[in-house]
Amino acid sequence: MRYELIIVGGGPAGLSAAAHAGELGLSYLLLEASDALANTIQRYQKGKHVMAEPQVVPLRSDLEFSPGSREAVLAAWQQGIDARKVNIRYGAEVTALSGHRPNMELTLADGETLHAEAVVLSIGLQGNPRKLGVSGEERSFVQYTLDDPDEYRGETIVVVGAGDAAIENAIALARNNSVIIVNRRDEFARAKEGNLNQITRAIDDGTIACFYNTHVASVEPGSAIRLNTETGETHVECDRIIARLGAIPPRRFVESCGIEFPSDDPTTLPELTHHYESNVPGLYVIGALGGYPLIKQAMNQGFEVVEFLRGNDILPADHGVLESKFESLPFGTDVDETLDLIRERVPLFANINGLVLRELVLASELLTPVAGDIVFRKNDYTNSFMSILDGEVEIENDNGPPIQLGAGQFFGEMSLLSGRRRSATVRAGDACVILESPRRDIVKLMNSYEQVRRIIDQHFIVRTLRGGLAPDAPLEDLERIATRSELRKYTANDVLFEQGDTADGLHLIRNGSVSVSRRIGGRDIVTSYVAAGNYVGEMGLVGQAQRSATVRATVATESVFLSAAVFDEMLANDARLRERMQDTVKVRLAENLRMEAAPESGDLISFLMQQGLGEATDVLLIDETLCVACDNCEKACAETHGGTSRLDRAAGPSYAQVHVPTSCRHCEDPHCMTDCPPDAIRRAPNGEVYIEDSCIGCGNCESNCPYGVIQMAGAKEPAPNLLGWLLTGKGAAPGDRQPVDASGSQKKAVKCDMCKDLGGGPACVRACPTGAALRMAPADFVNLTKRVS
Amino acid sequence: MHESLLAFRRRFYLWVALLLVVGSVVAYWYHDPQEPPNGGTLLGYTLGTVGALLIAWLALFGVRKRSYASTLGTVQGWLSAHIYLGLALIVVVLLHAGFQFGWNVHTLAFVLMMLVILSGVFGVVVYLRYPVRMSRNRGGAPRSDLIDELEDIDRRSLRVAGSLGADFHEFVASGVQRTQLGATLWDRFRGRDSSQILLRQGGETVMAANPGQDAALDWLAEQQSISGDAETVGAISELSALIRNKRKLLRQLGADLKMQATLELWLYVHVPLTAALLAALLVHIVTVFLYW
Repeated sequence: MRYELIIVGGGPAGLSAAAHAGELGLSYLLLEASDALANTIQRYQKGKHVMAEPQVVPLRSDLEFSPGSREAVLAAWQQGIDARKVNIRYGAEVTALSGHRPNMELTLADGETLHAEAVVLSIGLQGNPRKLGVSGEERSFVQYTLDDPDEYRGETIVVVGAGDAAIENAIALARNNSVIIVNRRDEFARAKEGNLNQITRAIDDGTIACFYNTHVASVEPGSAIRLNTETGETHVECDRIIARLGAIPPRRFVESCGIEFPSDDPTTLPELTHHYESNVPGLYVIGALGGYPLIKQAMNQGFEVVEFLRGNDILPADHGVLESKFESLPFGTDVDETLDLIRERVPLFANINGLVLRELVLASELLTPVAGDIVFRKNDYTNSFMSILDGEVEIENDNGPPIQLGAGQFFGEMSLLSGRRRSATVRAGDACVILESPRRDIVKLMNSYEQVRRIIDQHFIVRTLRGGLAPDAPLEDLERIATRSELRKYTANDVLFEQGDTADGLHLIRNGSVSVSRRIGGRDIVTSYVAAGNYVGEMGLVGQAQRSATVRATVATESVFLSAAVFDEMLANDARLRERMQDTVKVRLAENLRMEAAPESGDLISFLMQQGLGEATDVLLIDETLCVACDNCEKACAETHGGTSRLDRAAGPSYAQVHVPTSCRHCEDPHCMTDCPPDAIRRAPNGEVYIEDSCIGCGNCESNCPYGVIQMAGAKEPAPNLLGWLLTGKGAAPGDRQPVDASGSQKKAVKCDMCKDLGGGPACVRACPTGAALRMAPADFVNLTKRVS
Repeated sequence: MHESLLAFRRRFYLWVALLLVVGSVVAYWYHDPQEPPNGGTLLGYTLGTVGALLIAWLALFGVRKRSYASTLGTVQGWLSAHIYLGLALIVVVLLHAGFQFGWNVHTLAFVLMMLVILSGVFGVVVYLRYPVRMSRNRGGAPRSDLIDELEDIDRRSLRVAGSLGADFHEFVASGVQRTQLGATLWDRFRGRDSSQILLRQGGETVMAANPGQDAALDWLAEQQSISGDAETVGAISELSALIRNKRKLLRQLGADLKMQATLELWLYVHVPLTAALLAALLVHIVTVFLYW
């Protein structure tokens, strides 16, 4: 049989598409690889609250969806597809897809082929679990997921895999079962440190048995597994096999269907028309795979794609949102025309896909400031990206007359790329219209479009040079230098250059930070810490030909490298550059002498850098010579933030009586922001990284934070009354209550917001009775070392 | 790196307190009442009012400390003022009373006040001294690291003991289960190690006190001396080395807990005495006005 439409993937997008296809009377089939609908959401933990963001966009689907527990959401969909008799086939994994409209062919894992005029891919990003790849991999006692480890008792279970999922399953199962873990290698190298410690301990104790350097040979009938160990083949009887071998990312499959991606970066999205059609005619992509990770958006797209297929060019659900955004603009209000105009006006957006531009504008704000208004101030911590659609702006310049930028140009890329404060104040000119885009959308754009990245990079270099090294150089010279410079990337602890190396150029630190150390008396002594926006390597170029110190990245760092030849040219063209360089060198030499006289202060800096504070903007430190461990800091934090303390005073290491507690350091380029579906993590102008109420509680930020400072917590019962407690002694003292989640509260991510909404600064610091708690920026660490020395 | 309680804002509150003391002394010196100096003279009433207001304000520190959202100064500033003004109170009150004492409710209030101040002085001393000592004692690691290390030693001991047979395993397991340091705040304050262990002596199992793991180490030494085979001796000495490490860790932890308990426990004297003082003060004021 030949279908008008086959939908691959029974998640929110696919279900919504199928329901609407049925509503419109199309002949269609929905294929779902697993044995239940919405596999990704099925895998959420029990009772997890599912949110319906973005709130501004209305839901457009034949199925229902409103915020609620995972179970309620799934039940509503199940009921919807049952009532509509949606034509869904479970356990149908598509292994190949070829052809184009109207002759498309799909091959299923069992060999069956299906034909359709058009195909909608809505397979999400999770991918299918990797199978064992041996005979018997589909036997009934083999499973590739584990929902609830407490479901099994008294069984012998073989867990295959060495990643975090395998370890966590093995440890949880070992409470009530006898567990054997099978590892292909001789160690658990991929696991997180906490998991690694737990599994090695369990194996040492004998609570879990482990086969190292062992492959699965086959799964035998009658509950057994055959293993290839170092010493030969062995046969293990078991009740259950749980294989946790990761997932196969869907990208390869998608490419095999003929869909092209603009770049190799794994975050890149496929090119789509505004009807969600890919470069393969008749093949449509919707949902997370097309770059829309939120459930509501995916469901809307499922509805819309079916309408498009029928030739109904309906307005997208976000049309109204855009229309009201464009209302205040002097361009007229037609949405498509305005989008075209934005593309025309801003050369940076000239070649980007229509759907991507639409999404960017949807996420952006349109500003129409009055002439003379400040767009942002120098030293603000904002990191949005500004494109000028009309009029002009004026950038204040400490070294000369202000710089004018006109329509089509952009600014704000310095903070966007470096994660640091704004480097200059920008004022609006006459009739100015600015598109302010959030950082993450521009970063996504840069990852997808090489050309966008190149243009922004070049501007960054030119403006950095102008701001520091060469304020007077003509623009053409700087542009030439920019094209000859090189972007270098380092991971934490990588060496930019070593003491004694030939000095081959200068590094402008673009983001991250570096430490400078000198080898004295056989050991490395850290002499300084250099933050983004500054340069290193000038000493070798101005004076000696050899590097006088070793420079190491303290965190992931990018630098713009100017070779010695380029630098010499700059020196030749700019008489004052040499003077400026020599001044810098003088300051650095003085600093070196001070630090070398007191090597222990360098050790303290090294220690702080090892704690990842090189990427901090504001960190809580505790002076152990003053701290009486009263935990008033934690109590103050909890009592001013819904009952959950966002800092753990006692945790964390100390050196030279400086203690680094587990608490947010408001990173320059926050890891927590990398993957926040509702974009709820923001940076306030003063630098505070905070989480907005639109948090959907997915936990991505919690796992992305390398410093463990984000927790998932519900709102707690309100604090007992201080006076009441004092007079009657009833209940717990304020600060001493046991945290109990208020009824009906949902778990959301919580982290330090530096008490930005309270007057008077961070409550932890103000509540410290002995003055041991203090917050500081890394640039002030040098003050700490003065005490040490 | 940072200002201590006493050095807060260049000892601002020390100067405030000194001003109060000097002012009171000068007034006392020049004041020439008809009767011997006492609480009933004009100056006596003035100083008494100042003293009573001071006591009320000093007691409000407990409220400020728990007003976490308050922006009225910092808790450190309040505590610095609390210390200096609390000390100045002694002079103010002595001058108020004109150094008159007796077996009465008024002197009771004075004695309670002195006890509160003395306990406070003790608190200041430990607040200033113990943090450095605690940090040195733990060697920069958090307490949880010491506990983790202890658990690790226990696990390794159990493994070695397992290789020595059921008797040894039972012995080590009982020692692990009954390791107990500072079960109550008072135990911690006394630095009491109430660990116990089950020992097999002459065919009988007895429960022995095992502070500092001494009993365990003695028993192991005895076993080592009666054992003939080299492998067993090797394993026993490995076990002894582990338990000696445990003893060292327990001492470190005990010292940490003791200092921590001291930092907390003095408040259990200071605060109830303050409540008693407030009550006595009220009685003192009421009776003075009743018998006026």
